[in-house]
Amino acid sequence: MEGATGGPARLVCRNVWKLFGPRAGAWLAANGPAPAPEAIAAAGLVAAVRGVNLEVRAGEIFVIMGLSGSGKSTLVRCLARLIEPTAGEILFEGRDLLSASEAEMTRIRRHKMGMVFQHFALLPHLSVLENVAFPLEIQGMGRAEREERARRMIALVGLAGREGAFPRQLSGGQQQRVGIARSLAAEPELWFLDEPFSALDPLIRREMQDEFLRLQRMLHKTIVFITHDFDEAIRLADRIAIMKDGAVEQSGTPEQIVLLPATPYVAEFTRAVPRAKVVRLGSVMRPPEGPAPARSLPATATVAEAAPAFLEGAEVVGVTDAAGRLVGHLDRRAVVDLMLGG
Amino acid sequence: MSDAALPAAGARPRGLAWLAAAALFALFLAWGQDLAPWAFALPRGWQVPFADWIGGFVRWLLDDASLGLFTFAEFTRFLSALLGAPYALVRAVLVEGWPAAGIPPLPWTAVVALAGLLGHRAGGWPLALLAAASFLFIALFGRWESAMLTLASIVIAVPLGIAGGLGLGILAHRRPWLARALTPVLDLMQTIPVFAYLVPVLILFGFGPVSAIVATLIYAMPPMIRITLLALARVPGEIVDLGRMVGCTRAQMTWRVMVPAAKDALMLGANQVIMLSLNMVIIASMIGAGGLGFDVLQALRRLDFGAGLEAGLAIVALAVAMDRVSQAWAGLRPEAPRAAPWPARHPYLVAALAILAAAVVAAQLWPWAQSYPQAWRLSTGDFWSRVMREINVTYFDRLEAIKTTLLVNVMLPVKRLLLGLPWAGVAALLAFAGWRLGGWRLAALAGALTVLIALTGLWEQAMTTVYLCGVSVAFAMLIGVPVGILAAGRDWLWPPVRAVIDTLQTLPSFVYLMPAVMLFRVGDFTAMLAVVAYAVVPAIRYTVLGLRGVDPRLIEAGRAMGCTRGQILRRIRLRLALPEILLGLNQTIMFALSMLVITALVGTRDLGQEVYIALTKANAGAGLVAGLCVAFIAIIADRLIQAAAARARARLGLAEEGAHGA
Repeated sequence: MEGATGGPARLVCRNVWKLFGPRAGAWLAANGPAPAPEAIAAAGLVAAVRGVNLEVRAGEIFVIMGLSGSGKSTLVRCLARLIEPTAGEILFEGRDLLSASEAEMTRIRRHKMGMVFQHFALLPHLSVLENVAFPLEIQGMGRAEREERARRMIALVGLAGREGAFPRQLSGGQQQRVGIARSLAAEPELWFLDEPFSALDPLIRREMQDEFLRLQRMLHKTIVFITHDFDEAIRLADRIAIMKDGAVEQSGTPEQIVLLPATPYVAEFTRAVPRAKVVRLGSVMRPPEGPAPARSLPATATVAEAAPAFLEGAEVVGVTDAAGRLVGHLDRRAVVDLMLGG
Repeated sequence: MSDAALPAAGARPRGLAWLAAAALFALFLAWGQDLAPWAFALPRGWQVPFADWIGGFVRWLLDDASLGLFTFAEFTRFLSALLGAPYALVRAVLVEGWPAAGIPPLPWTAVVALAGLLGHRAGGWPLALLAAASFLFIALFGRWESAMLTLASIVIAVPLGIAGGLGLGILAHRRPWLARALTPVLDLMQTIPVFAYLVPVLILFGFGPVSAIVATLIYAMPPMIRITLLALARVPGEIVDLGRMVGCTRAQMTWRVMVPAAKDALMLGANQVIMLSLNMVIIASMIGAGGLGFDVLQALRRLDFGAGLEAGLAIVALAVAMDRVSQAWAGLRPEAPRAAPWPARHPYLVAALAILAAAVVAAQLWPWAQSYPQAWRLSTGDFWSRVMREINVTYFDRLEAIKTTLLVNVMLPVKRLLLGLPWAGVAALLAFAGWRLGGWRLAALAGALTVLIALTGLWEQAMTTVYLCGVSVAFAMLIGVPVGILAAGRDWLWPPVRAVIDTLQTLPSFVYLMPAVMLFRVGDFTAMLAVVAYAVVPAIRYTVLGLRGVDPRLIEAGRAMGCTRGQILRRIRLRLALPEILLGLNQTIMFALSMLVITALVGTRDLGQEVYIALTKANAGAGLVAGLCVAFIAIIADRLIQAAAARARARLGLAEEGAHGA
């Protein structure tokens, strides 16, 4: 599968299992490699993550989407090794995190990983500035340097001027901005966001999503983003993995998932999604035949973005690739079919 | 096990089982005397000499035990010295000064002003006034030296109790096996009466303030450990994850993340340590604490109501000031630091230094500013004593009539009934109750503890304790539940009621004893009155909590169905509040038992008296055994009621919320 951003794999997760319960490791080793859900339940264990394989590429936004209880939060904690997986491999920049010593893990978390939490996890006794500077303080960075860097992060998320405030004095959206600034303070390469906007009101959520996309355009982090909101996943993701009962149901680009849901479960989510907002011109164009159209749009544009051109009267629109070459034609009929058929 | 059959079997068989057990018990009571006399009076040979064993162990500890390089006795002496040095310092500052060097103690003006300053820091002018007024009140009634002596031991005991509790709590949080080992010890510590461990402390550390501090620590630390454990466990998982994600070391995790995040609850624990330490003031004076506690104790022995009341009120003043200030301190929120010169950033430190300097200079100039002058003192002692005499003379007949009526018609019949019960039958009945309420484990616990009490040979005293406790708890519930119902239904009534019961809870338990003794002299009735006054607080509090916690939608639904006020109360609110009220009953019993031991001072004949006698004879074995018997009674009652409350909750479908609340 080709993603929108096809960088090298930065974080790889191979056949990761997490079973809760007494002596889960020994049981899995004896009954592995992939026991049936009924067998797990019969052993008195609870399966939170079942045989997950993922590849997160450098600089992409990888969204893990699932309803509550689907194991997505456990999975992201396994990726950061906050929870010890029962079995499997987690490779970060080519080395297996599960064999790293506690001290190595501490070093990796301090310098290479950042995490944003659903309920912000701000320390109530520290000001905004101190909260953002906290990861740096833990690393032992001097006051002047860490406060200078924290101020920069606070300005980055648009909270300049509120450095002296305390978490209780901020709105939910502002608190999460602090959480984002804090997770970026150590300049991590790998950025985990665990349902960062789920606790916010819908309008604020939308605003924060835009803010997040703006930051990512500047920073190009490798991101694992957890959400239970399918629309949010579609909106933000370069690629999505949909989880159910601890296993990945389907993974791919938003377009692939919406156009070709692999299971009825995934289809449930995609049914209400307006196709035009997800499908890109490259997927619905036909080979370029006939006269060259007057207007052309990039293949990565969504059908919804192309709709105004047809409203202005065009019958055919040209589709160009990244280099600007004409690679296909798009008919009005194909657009109407897609928009009405969705 | 019995739960599995519950939904299908319904209520009838359950009721039948209880009925059958009660009938069997009654039959046994009627005809068992001849069949099995051993079940009624424990044969002499069966008695286990626990007391001698413990006494022997303590003697061995003191005389022979060696910890390698040094003996156990040397170890306790070392601990004494360790605690004694800072105590001597604080005592010199507050009470005695350094006469040899010609340095006087801290002037009273300085202490009053510093108390006010602390109050202001914690809660602005109202608290500043309250704190300063409390200390002024103490000076006004001429209790200054005693109060400062008490304050000196509190100043040593409280930080140690907080630090020790916090430290042990953190260790137990890190190591689950330690938490598992500590929990039953903490349970026992909270139910064993204080007197019981005064005896070994007295033997190990000798008579004096250091022993008193040790006993205070033992008494005040367990809640801090428990609260620390609870507070750390309740730190949100995300905050813990955050700490790990930013790469905290273990020490950073504890001190930079967990403890600050749990600060609010930990401050409540600190407040508890302060209040419990003050609660111990009088009891600790029995092993040499001196100070206000000693004044109260002496007054109580002389039946000098006025003096006792004044000293008691001085303790209350100290307690109120420390309670309110520490509570307000717990609620303080951090403020943004300001860029300013040093004095402006530390206004309170500067003010404190200024107060000290001014007070010391003033004390040099005018003698009244050094120690509170005799001439300014006020004494209401005589007045109160006269009032008491007056009441006793005028209303003697009426008071006596009330006392006799209750004694003859309620208390004595209950006492006769309980004392006549066979120990084996009681053990069987309690085991049966345990089985019905919570299964075999509870049955085994209740039965075994009852048999243990019988085997100590203190059965009669134990049943006297149960009788006094039972009657008092019944009266406390009869008063507390209706008051709670009244207060819960009226929004304007609850705040004043809560203020009253909060204040009652800050009073040291001895204070309840005095008016009762003055009016009714010594005896069971007096003891009961004091216990009821002390134990009514949780009865009210939990009733209100339970009733106010009922889901308002259910009340609305009831009203929509056309229920009258009475129907809503009986059919909905009380029904749903039952688990809370049961927990209130549980707390009432615990309060009653702890007070009951203190009422040994007014001549009851129960386990408390055994402990008290052991204390005066310094008999560690007898004291501990009797104390443990009280603890066993408390544990049996506690576990049975908890199980009943859990069942009630499960039946109402409140199981999950209840698990959180408990």
